[in-house]
Amino acid sequence: MDKRLRRILPRVQKPARYTGGEYNQIIKDKAQVDLRMALVFPDTYEIGMSNLGIRILYGAINEMPGVWCERCFAPWGDMEDEMRRASIPLWALESGDPLTAFDAIGFSLGYEMAYTNVLNMLDLAGIPLRSAERSSLTPLVFAGGTSCVNPEPMADFLDFCFIGEGEEMDKELLTLLRQAKNQNWSKQDFLSEAAKIEGIYVPSLYEPIYNDDGTLKELKALEGAPEFVKRRIVTDFDTAYFPTKPIVPSTEIVHDRVTLELFRGCIRGCRFCQAGFVYRPVRSRDKDRLVEQGIESLESTGYQEITLSSLSTSDYRPLSGLCDGLLDFCVPHSIGLSLPSLRADNFSLDLMSKVQQVRKSGLTFAPEAGTQRLRDAINKNVLEEDLLNTCKIAFEGGWNNIKLYFMLGLPTETDEDVLAISELAMKVLWLWKSHASNKARGVNITVSTSCFVPKPHTPFQWEAQVDMEEYRRRVKLLRENMRAKAISYNWHDADTSLIEAVLSRGDRRVGAVIEEVWKTGGKLDSWTEYFSFERWIKAFENCGIDPKFYACRERTSDEVLPWSRVDIGVKPEFLWSEREKCYRAELSPDCRNKCTNCGALSMMNGGRCDG
Amino acid sequence: MDNLRLKFSKTGRAIYISHLDLLRTMQRAFLRADMPLKYSEGFNPHAQLAFALPLSVGASSLCELLDFKLNGFMELSEIAYRLNKALPEGIEALEVYESENKFKNIKWLDVEGIFEYDDRTSLDMLPGLMDFFARDSIIIKKKTKSGINDSDIAPGIRSIAFDTSAGRVKLKAVISAQEPTLNPELLSSALEQLAPELKPDFASFTRTQIYDSEMNIFR
Repeated sequence: MDKRLRRILPRVQKPARYTGGEYNQIIKDKAQVDLRMALVFPDTYEIGMSNLGIRILYGAINEMPGVWCERCFAPWGDMEDEMRRASIPLWALESGDPLTAFDAIGFSLGYEMAYTNVLNMLDLAGIPLRSAERSSLTPLVFAGGTSCVNPEPMADFLDFCFIGEGEEMDKELLTLLRQAKNQNWSKQDFLSEAAKIEGIYVPSLYEPIYNDDGTLKELKALEGAPEFVKRRIVTDFDTAYFPTKPIVPSTEIVHDRVTLELFRGCIRGCRFCQAGFVYRPVRSRDKDRLVEQGIESLESTGYQEITLSSLSTSDYRPLSGLCDGLLDFCVPHSIGLSLPSLRADNFSLDLMSKVQQVRKSGLTFAPEAGTQRLRDAINKNVLEEDLLNTCKIAFEGGWNNIKLYFMLGLPTETDEDVLAISELAMKVLWLWKSHASNKARGVNITVSTSCFVPKPHTPFQWEAQVDMEEYRRRVKLLRENMRAKAISYNWHDADTSLIEAVLSRGDRRVGAVIEEVWKTGGKLDSWTEYFSFERWIKAFENCGIDPKFYACRERTSDEVLPWSRVDIGVKPEFLWSEREKCYRAELSPDCRNKCTNCGALSMMNGGRCDG
Repeated sequence: MDNLRLKFSKTGRAIYISHLDLLRTMQRAFLRADMPLKYSEGFNPHAQLAFALPLSVGASSLCELLDFKLNGFMELSEIAYRLNKALPEGIEALEVYESENKFKNIKWLDVEGIFEYDDRTSLDMLPGLMDFFARDSIIIKKKTKSGINDSDIAPGIRSIAFDTSAGRVKLKAVISAQEPTLNPELLSSALEQLAPELKPDFASFTRTQIYDSEMNIFR
């Protein structure tokens, strides 16, 4: 270990985050390796190591002979200060080598508030921020992940972006890079070839041209650039790689357990939900295969908790059988099984009673809106009757801790919809009063509201976000009507949501703001300890950019959107028709009731969608 | 099998694993090694694991002790062998045996320290260091739960010897392990407080042996 690092580590908080050496980490012999990749998560170790995508890609890439993929995470502020003081460049955990020693540096971009961290980490590594300033072939700097479905705000910094799922794309890209290195290609030649790989978006091959009113006139495809970059998916989810020997961190992380991935995609089509559209079509993994993977992972890690991951656990067809299969192993080994993302129905409750034989944790439901009209408008297929009935049974069964999640600022929302949230919470409280099996223990009902952020590739991608004053007025309205002691009300700040709205639907000009924020000290923006709204507002001013232009402006159906070169699989016409249905408060059937011909099936190359 | 004791070392990258994290790491290692630990009874069952002496983050050790209980029977050598395949880098199972002596009978510790001097000649530091640690009392300010207190560390040092090599002074000391506990890091903080001219630029410590009050090796 570096002598300077050895002196710093005893002084910083939780030093085990920075050392590597965990069980199941992959160490390769550098003499046998001709390509080195750093898989970078632009947030702390505890967050990044909890990310299933990172674990999948780490394992999948390391399966390639001659390729060594290592991890790198953002240091916390105290560590960063020490690193800068001692001039230690950012390193990867396995070898301890600086990022500049790597051929490929891939960032996982799951959320917009991590954008400033990408710049900060490049700077910590001593790598120029802008793609144009990096003339040599390596290190290549790129990104993938959900936020990349609109690659434009980060376009100036990244050599290319992965659109969609990375398991296969990564390997194709690295194979091409190996050829490029062996044949001494220029970076330009490499990028032109890379653009031919399905799913790879090379920003320098598209030139934005603007109208006088500031909207995009065209995102001009330069020579060799595909008209559209099609999102990449893994079509056969049963044979897709899954890591059954995941790294076991030596220090506690956020999700410190085995995670099984049941399926990708979602049959529901809630109109506000980006994940519900950009992961289509639905692809499930076989139940027996999952049980095998679960047992193998538990045995190889020593974890005593396992959880199921998907966008809507209740929609996994053989869920009951899967739980039985896992419980057969878990119960005798005292291993806990947890089930997130359940729908509010009786079936879920039965299942939860079955898996939580010892302790009753809280129940969490997300009705998202207070009235049935608004729930219909956003296509959130939850009936008040079902929700209340579930709560009733839960109270009878001894649960006394219920969390309800809502969004404020959804399209078509009125004050009536806002007030209905408190009414719904009151109804839940009354149910407890009349049905609780043990009233002496009291009840906790927590209502949380977040501010709706319109996202690319959803039916609401054309919507204006309500401005901050209006959002605050609605919070106040709700607060004044949430008077019962047993109900606690939490709300998210409007300021983070505004920034998120700008970054998620921004165009290439927003990149200058991100850089300005970083230059003025911005980093770790998803942490309240570090986020500064004033810093962002100043940066907008300095760059001459109006955040409301991106966040609070309604787009017309014919406006050229910054993400229009990305073909997500779901047709824009379908999204538009869903938006119109919202304004008529009209539901769309879920994929299992009736296929809505959204377009995603075309990505399956003849395979079927498990909707 | 009750009364089992593991002697293990904690070196290299593993020295940054905190005490609490080490407990979790050990539990998982036992599970990976397919050796079921005995659990306590009651509402909140937990694995019955007990470490002899907590080790500070950043300190190495060649003689950590962990008591545990197993369900079922297994050869002692087999336990150590299996654990070694299940432990993370830097933690090594050295020996598993049936314990006969209670942790409360631990009294002394052998520690080796390295004082690094960047811009000073280590040989020049020797006389000062020897004089300093030969004092009858070394009273330092120590942060405790009840505030900052004066504490004399001299009685906790049974013996101390120094040696030099390029840029560093090596020390070997026998210090009190418990009642009172002397954290070896206090050896360098004492210099910082009372003789700053002798304070090293960096100090690191390794536990090498554990003794009872009669200076017999504690097993």
